[in-house]
Amino acid sequence: MKLELRGITKRFGDFTANDRIDLLVEPGTVHALLGENGAGKSTLMNVLFGLYDADEGEVLLDDEPVVFAGPGDAMAAGIGMVHQHFMLVHPFTVAENVMLGHEDVRGPAKLLDLDAARAKVREISERFNFNVDPDALIEDLPVGAQQRVEIIKALSRDASVLILDEPTAVLTPQETDELLGIVKDLRDAGTAVVLITHKLREVKAVADTITVIRRGKVVGSAEPTASQEELASLMVGRAVSMRVDKDEATPGATVLAVDSLTVVDAAGIVQLDNVSFEVKSGEILAIAGVQGNGQTELTEALIGVVSPDAGSASLDGDVITGRSIKDVLLSGIGFVPEDRTEDGIVANMTIANNLILDLHDQEPYAKGVALQPKVIAEEARKHVEQFDVRATSIEQTAGSLSGGNQQKVVLARELSRPLKLLIASNPTRGLDVGSIEFVHKRIVAERDAGAAVIIVSAELDEVVALADRIAVMYHGRIVGIVAPDTDRDTLGLMMAGAHQEEAA
Amino acid sequence: MTATVADAPAAPASSAPIPPKRFGAAITLGVVALLSLVIFGFGSASGASTTFVVARPTDFFAIPSFTLPSQLAAIVFSVIGLALAGWTAYRANQRRKVGLWVPVVYGMAIMGALLTWAGAGRDATSIQLTGLLTSSLFLAVPLVFGALAGTLCERSGIINIAIEGQLLAGAFLAALIASMVGNAYVGLIAAPIAGALVGLVLAIFATKYWVNQIVVGVVLNMLVLGLTNFFFSTVMTENGDLNQPLGMPKLAIPLLSKIPVIGPVLFNQNLLVYILYVVVAVLQIMLFRSRWGLRVRAVGEHPKAADTVGIQVNRTRVRNTVLGGAIAGLGGAFFTVASGLAFGKEMTAGKGYIALAAMILGRWSPRGALAAALLFGFADALRAQLGAIGSPIPSQFLAMFPYIATIFAVAGLVGHARPPASEGIPYKK
Repeated sequence: MKLELRGITKRFGDFTANDRIDLLVEPGTVHALLGENGAGKSTLMNVLFGLYDADEGEVLLDDEPVVFAGPGDAMAAGIGMVHQHFMLVHPFTVAENVMLGHEDVRGPAKLLDLDAARAKVREISERFNFNVDPDALIEDLPVGAQQRVEIIKALSRDASVLILDEPTAVLTPQETDELLGIVKDLRDAGTAVVLITHKLREVKAVADTITVIRRGKVVGSAEPTASQEELASLMVGRAVSMRVDKDEATPGATVLAVDSLTVVDAAGIVQLDNVSFEVKSGEILAIAGVQGNGQTELTEALIGVVSPDAGSASLDGDVITGRSIKDVLLSGIGFVPEDRTEDGIVANMTIANNLILDLHDQEPYAKGVALQPKVIAEEARKHVEQFDVRATSIEQTAGSLSGGNQQKVVLARELSRPLKLLIASNPTRGLDVGSIEFVHKRIVAERDAGAAVIIVSAELDEVVALADRIAVMYHGRIVGIVAPDTDRDTLGLMMAGAHQEEAA
Repeated sequence: MTATVADAPAAPASSAPIPPKRFGAAITLGVVALLSLVIFGFGSASGASTTFVVARPTDFFAIPSFTLPSQLAAIVFSVIGLALAGWTAYRANQRRKVGLWVPVVYGMAIMGALLTWAGAGRDATSIQLTGLLTSSLFLAVPLVFGALAGTLCERSGIINIAIEGQLLAGAFLAALIASMVGNAYVGLIAAPIAGALVGLVLAIFATKYWVNQIVVGVVLNMLVLGLTNFFFSTVMTENGDLNQPLGMPKLAIPLLSKIPVIGPVLFNQNLLVYILYVVVAVLQIMLFRSRWGLRVRAVGEHPKAADTVGIQVNRTRVRNTVLGGAIAGLGGAFFTVASGLAFGKEMTAGKGYIALAAMILGRWSPRGALAAALLFGFADALRAQLGAIGSPIPSQFLAMFPYIATIFAVAGLVGHARPPASEGIPYKK
């Protein structure tokens, strides 16, 4: 089925999210919709899917204009969408999720025909080699499998246009490769696939046509043969360097020494197993590994969110484990948590207040029991300018900012103290190219200013780009610490638990 | 490349998660059984005996009343309880669960010990087992309807604290309309309408204005209380014809009602109780096996997911809340027309809140709500019976019994109950 959008315009108040967008998706092709976060890609797809009403423009399926009152209409017309945040009911089984909204019934009492749903799941699962059990509960499935369930959901409604909204944001590198393979299979089976993403590598790997959107407008199209730099500059609107410019590290004295740190969780599972390493001033140690291999526990044990069951860590020779979080932070550690909306900011508080979460009771932000609003506002304006936070005012709530700008607020706060050590967990997750560049520059600048830096990242590209040394974690242990020029295959195998000598 | 993935069984981190052993239930059961042994077992006067009456004159065949030596029986019952606690501990040590029969038999054993102790040496009075069970069911009726209402609302994501108000409104309107018409059965039609109206107000505030649902619920309870008090002391007091004690006769179902014990308990009740059976069965099937039920549960768990497959979230919630209100309202008829009483001020006396506890204990399922409500009903009936035979326990303690049973049951027996994920959260597009 051919999908065409003509002159779609969608406004939210004064803000034009989509400005006369035209798009043509042919059956049997993968059409990549490339754009930074906040460029209007998701808005466009939500218009197409009937979740929003367009202010102007029309949608045509096989040259026939259609109007969707809601997602139900869009699906009935053959459009399926895999949302960035999965739309799966966790306590339900795969089959129940797939049948939801278009349930088959049987018998005089018209009860649910679960057998039919199971058969449908099995049939699609086998056709594309998904390996999904129809009776598994969603909450028991890993993220990659949940995404396959979403695709089954769309295909079970005979979707001939499939929209994938940032599908790889939550996937491991291996799962990403699997997904891209599935996208190719779907295309070969005649489905029109719309891939919404800001990840250039993926676009180049699968797209047949590329449309680039910037600030709500189509700014051009490109061939998949275009280089990553070309695509990135089209997307951001200026030349972007895909490499992190940094000089050779000049490591100084040891800042952080971690000795046999061990964390056992409430269920009795060893999450961090006897981990020891050192970080020197003026170097970046990147911790690579598939998510859930102890990285979270490591960073949280270092700043004191979880207390270690054994071992210790010391900063410039002073033990920091077992002290209060505030104490640890004020002794010169900056912490960028992995989940910025959950742990990094208080969404309902203003930008200005978010910027002083750590120092609100210290001079000059407070005198005695009273906050000093003038000082706070002044400093906030300074930080907002320095870190290029795109906000209408410092009184705007942090939650209303885009992901990249939220992360800039977190960085501005954490880097405003004199730091001996910066710990940043997935600092660029979900950020657009422009913001990633900015965040990376600030991190390198912090290193060059003499701080020790620990970066935790599930993105191998980021690890390789930033690291002066790479520690690979697997099942709560450090498998090895290697040089940044170690080849990707070796790193990949180490991330699966192979030791360096074995992997090399 | 000679990659061998290090799958180290030596590394504890790589082993599968081992659930911790949970002994809480076993310890609780053990302590209670031990108390039962000491108080009921050794506390019974030795040589005394307890008489249980089971049979009714209408039964097919009469089960003779039986008399047990009180102390010995109470000790035996308590030891059975202890043994079951031991079995629970043994299973917990193996990280395995016990079957449903364990709490059921355990409960019966401890109740047996309590009854033999309470009835010991009272030759003039005997424990009326069948009567006890009959009134358990009857007293559970408003709780079941209330818990069903709560289940329906919460499964769709709306917290219904207004069950109390819906019961009261149902009781009031049932009495009023039935008195006007002069027929108790008309009350059964009026009651759900009153409850549904209260539900509608809750639904509108919750889905259209996004007001905190607990606050609206509490306010509605106060509103209904105030309104019914007002009409009771004005209209109903001035004109007694508008508030008559009308009753519904018990309808014995042929044959079934003559089965010993079960017959009189289950099949010799009034119409409202028979409606209850139907409502529980229908809702249980509909909620878990019908298209409607799947959609309702999806709306309560993940409304956005439901919306993206074309389900109208707020419409579903409004409908469920109104339906829930109607069911609670019908339960309210229990207090007036189904009990043969006139309407009285505040006559629901907190039953709506106990119904909420029954909903949680029943884990948000109609079947569970029935079982939990029966448990509370039994506690209530027990209080009445022990009071009647002049039990050694002070009546104030007996009055607390249902509430203690509630806390005990909710805390100890259900383990971790998980409510619908989106309950109480307004759905905004």
